[in-house]
Amino acid sequence: MAHADLAASTEQALGGAPRKQQLIERLTAELPADIVLHADEDLRPFECDGLSAYRQVPMIVVLPSTIAQVQTTMRICHANDVPVVARGAGTGLSGGALPLDDGVLLSLAKFNRILDIDTDNRRATVQPGVRNLAISEAVSHLGLYYAPDPSSQIACSIGGNVAENSGGVHCLKYGLTTHNIVQIEIVTVEGERLTIGSSALDSPGFDLLALMTGSEGLLGVIVEVTVKLLAKPELARVALVAFDDVRKAGDAVAAIIQAGIVPAGLEMLDNPAIVATEEFVHAGYPKDAAAILLCEVDGTEAEVEEDIERVREVVEREGATEVRISRDDAERALFWAGRKAAFPAMGRISPDYYCMDGTIPRKALAEVLIGIGELSEEYGQRVANVFHAGDGNLHPLILYDANQEGELERTEAFGGAICRLCLEHGGSITGEHGVGVEKIDQMCVQFPSAELTQFHAVKEAFDPKGLLNPGKAVPTLHRCAEFGAMHVHNGELPHPELERL
Amino acid sequence: MQTSIIPQLRDTADGQEADRILRACTHCGFCTATCPTYQLVGDERDGPRGRIYMIKQVLEGEEPTEKTQRHLDRCLTCRACETTCPSGVEYAKLADIGRELVDQKVQRPLPQRVVRWLLRHIVAYRNRFGFVFALGHFFKPLLVGPLAPLRQKMPPKQERIDWPQADNTQRTMLVHDGCVQPVAAPNTNAHAARILSKLGVRLIAPKASGCCGALSQHLSHREEALDFARANIDAWWPHIEAGAEAIVITASGCGASVAEYGYMLRNDPVYADKAARVSELTRDLSDVLAQEDLTALGDIGDGRKVAYHPPCTLQNAPGLHDNVAEILTQAGYQLTHVQDPHLCCGSAGTYSILQPTMANELRENKLASLNAGAPDVIVTANIGCQLHLEAAAGIPVRHWIELLEPRMAQPAAA
Ligand SMILES: Cc1cc2nc3c(=O)[nH]c(=O)nc-3n(C[C@H](O)[C@H](O)[C@H](O)COP(=O)(O)OP(=O)(O)OC[C@H]3O[C@@H](n4cnc5c(N)ncnc54)[C@H](O)[C@@H]3O)c2cc1C
Ligand code: SF4
Ligand code: SF4
Repeated sequence: MAHADLAASTEQALGGAPRKQQLIERLTAELPADIVLHADEDLRPFECDGLSAYRQVPMIVVLPSTIAQVQTTMRICHANDVPVVARGAGTGLSGGALPLDDGVLLSLAKFNRILDIDTDNRRATVQPGVRNLAISEAVSHLGLYYAPDPSSQIACSIGGNVAENSGGVHCLKYGLTTHNIVQIEIVTVEGERLTIGSSALDSPGFDLLALMTGSEGLLGVIVEVTVKLLAKPELARVALVAFDDVRKAGDAVAAIIQAGIVPAGLEMLDNPAIVATEEFVHAGYPKDAAAILLCEVDGTEAEVEEDIERVREVVEREGATEVRISRDDAERALFWAGRKAAFPAMGRISPDYYCMDGTIPRKALAEVLIGIGELSEEYGQRVANVFHAGDGNLHPLILYDANQEGELERTEAFGGAICRLCLEHGGSITGEHGVGVEKIDQMCVQFPSAELTQFHAVKEAFDPKGLLNPGKAVPTLHRCAEFGAMHVHNGELPHPELERL
Repeated sequence: MQTSIIPQLRDTADGQEADRILRACTHCGFCTATCPTYQLVGDERDGPRGRIYMIKQVLEGEEPTEKTQRHLDRCLTCRACETTCPSGVEYAKLADIGRELVDQKVQRPLPQRVVRWLLRHIVAYRNRFGFVFALGHFFKPLLVGPLAPLRQKMPPKQERIDWPQADNTQRTMLVHDGCVQPVAAPNTNAHAARILSKLGVRLIAPKASGCCGALSQHLSHREEALDFARANIDAWWPHIEAGAEAIVITASGCGASVAEYGYMLRNDPVYADKAARVSELTRDLSDVLAQEDLTALGDIGDGRKVAYHPPCTLQNAPGLHDNVAEILTQAGYQLTHVQDPHLCCGSAGTYSILQPTMANELRENKLASLNAGAPDVIVTANIGCQLHLEAAAGIPVRHWIELLEPRMAQPAAA
């Protein structure tokens, strides 16, 4: 269990209260006292991110507003062997920004300025705490936008997006974060500034930028990001397609892609998800449909008209019960609004939800959906499915009530079973939400130990003392051994070469 | 989110209500994106999610200190977070409960208590406030040195205009005649009455009504707010029985409060039904006018440029609908583009008095975006915003209804 592991990671701690006091003194000697938080009352609001089932009060929170302050914090922590967890907007769903009780939580939220907009080269340079949507808003009057659009885009920070390599509904055509940034600046664990990537198209040497993207705060603290901007397409229209059977919806997804259409976004919601979001957004989703697809096409007017008609043909052939096509941008925004608010809207039908994140090959969509339905019966828990169907990135949302004893544990077990189902169908355990603490055990299932060893070597190169976000993203081999002992799968142990504990 | 409210609170009405609201929050953080204070300072504790979390701590038995109190004080109660929240978290209701709980546990320093007492006992009463207001104007020349900032707070006295002749053949509506507006901008309701009269509606302002209760509500005296609510209901009820069609609100801050009477008094056996009816009848002036045929008013804007500041209460409070922009456009005004219309101007009831630093910073940002389109006049729909903005705007700040009067539409007014 992740909870237990956290406690273990605190053993190399500063040695309790006196060391905490010492660290506060060292930090406040060089930083303004009001940005170093250490009283329980001040620390509590930082104890969790978007995955509130996992909580840990940090030893100290630092709220810097300049890069120099970040450097100072890193230098002092490094000298004192104190682990550091970076935090952006705290919307992460895998506990990546979960603090450590012997560590410093470094909030980048005050870094919320857009530094430069370069229209000629279509680039924007921003501070890491800038909200994803704020970038597009700031360049909208220039006819430009920043393409990756996680559903959390209203709130999540660009630094967090880079750290998680976040995707969104338009990633099918425009790529993930990694495809849309050109340069970042980080502060290393020792407190040095380092520029990675360049504004040129390709830079010599290893592609460190790609390595940093998705590194979940394990390799450095991102303090500046230069993103690519794209010209807004001339026209975009979205088709809202209803089905009376999830299997048909799943097949329609595969059929659309097979027909050679490249949708700008292709999303699917099943019935429980439709009902919950419709309550909040009133987007006009048909509440009696078994599933809906949202399929957007963009480009020139002629392309869009042609593609949208082809989409209509394909889905009608696959048995769609209703096809509605957005008439204008307002209606298009409305169709999407439901999808974007889908996760938190679960708060309306269930006190808590647990958001899974897995990928599967598109052709397995219908199979996996049906499998999840069966697991739902087996575990006796409701599940709503919302996902980026186009790239096979599933987000099953398991509904539960954290105030009921044992429900969280059952939910986690259910989640684990869904992960295994995805893997069985040739998928992966994380699409875009990262591993964090939440899926760390599943990492053992996905990766053989040789690969994990390589991960550790990379980590070692950037952070020999292991102080950056320890315990997240990449499990230790021992951890995997322990986990393997708990979840023997198909009679095989995942890491037979390791001694059992 | 998971909760474990302590037993002493769990069985109280407030405890249950707070728990219900907390359980809906999924800790997703969407709300931080539109929270004016979070956007200003980038501190979890000064955003809705952090405030919700701090209130949760108190309900779960943690002892709050003046720190929690300070972060709750810094909240504008603008409810932008509620409009953004996909889970339907009723933040303002939770904040009222949380603030009162914290205030019971953490005594404020004397100067704060004095200011808060004065706000509740003077500003909320039309006559007392009127007296102080007149006194202030009389002694204005003496407001120098450390008292100089008070001058800025004091709007110029309005020359009163007449209400229309009562015409008993017309349909009737009530108008809420609160505490601050009748003193600082008495003409707003008169303008509303004159324009509605042209449209065949007689506006009645029952003398016995008074402060809507919002002042007390947000200063952690919810019981007192209920008394104000009951007094208003009593003042309005005979007219409602006599067929008044609506309670027209010309200050959206009050409107947001009256629209909640039904909720506030839901457990009062005597008033619950009446309060629900009152809330049902509550409508913003712009909502009322939008239902009428305004062609009779003609094209009085003549293309002049107006920047509209929609008050938070009109944008975010459930039950109120904002039609100001459409009405002014229809009347021939040109509305300028204003960036970030969802951000609060910093007035927020008594906030500009209690949290001047944050309030002034918000006002500066707001005025920069309002003035960006070089308007002739700024209009809004709430007395609080109007006075707060006017004090630093450099151009006139009006209630939008004034622009529908031909006399007011003359360039001299702008
Ligand atoms: C309702 C909802 C919907 C979502 N939808 C999507 C979606 O469609 N697609 C998607 O990809 N994600 C989605 N997410 C997940 C989440 O929003 C993204 O992972 C996002 O990128 C996190 O950004 P953040 O600023 O909140 O980061 P945080 O949660 O604060 O941190 C996330 C991770 O990044 C690290 N980190 C943050 N900032 C920095 C920095 N400056 N330097 C180094 N490391 C840093 C942290 O240590 C942590 O490991 C959703 C979340 C919610 C709540
Ligand atoms: S948006 Fe709503 S659910 Fe999300 S954190 Fe804010 S209040 Fe909670
Ligand atoms: S009411 Fe306004 S200031 Fe208060 S938390 Fe919500 S958005 Fe922020």
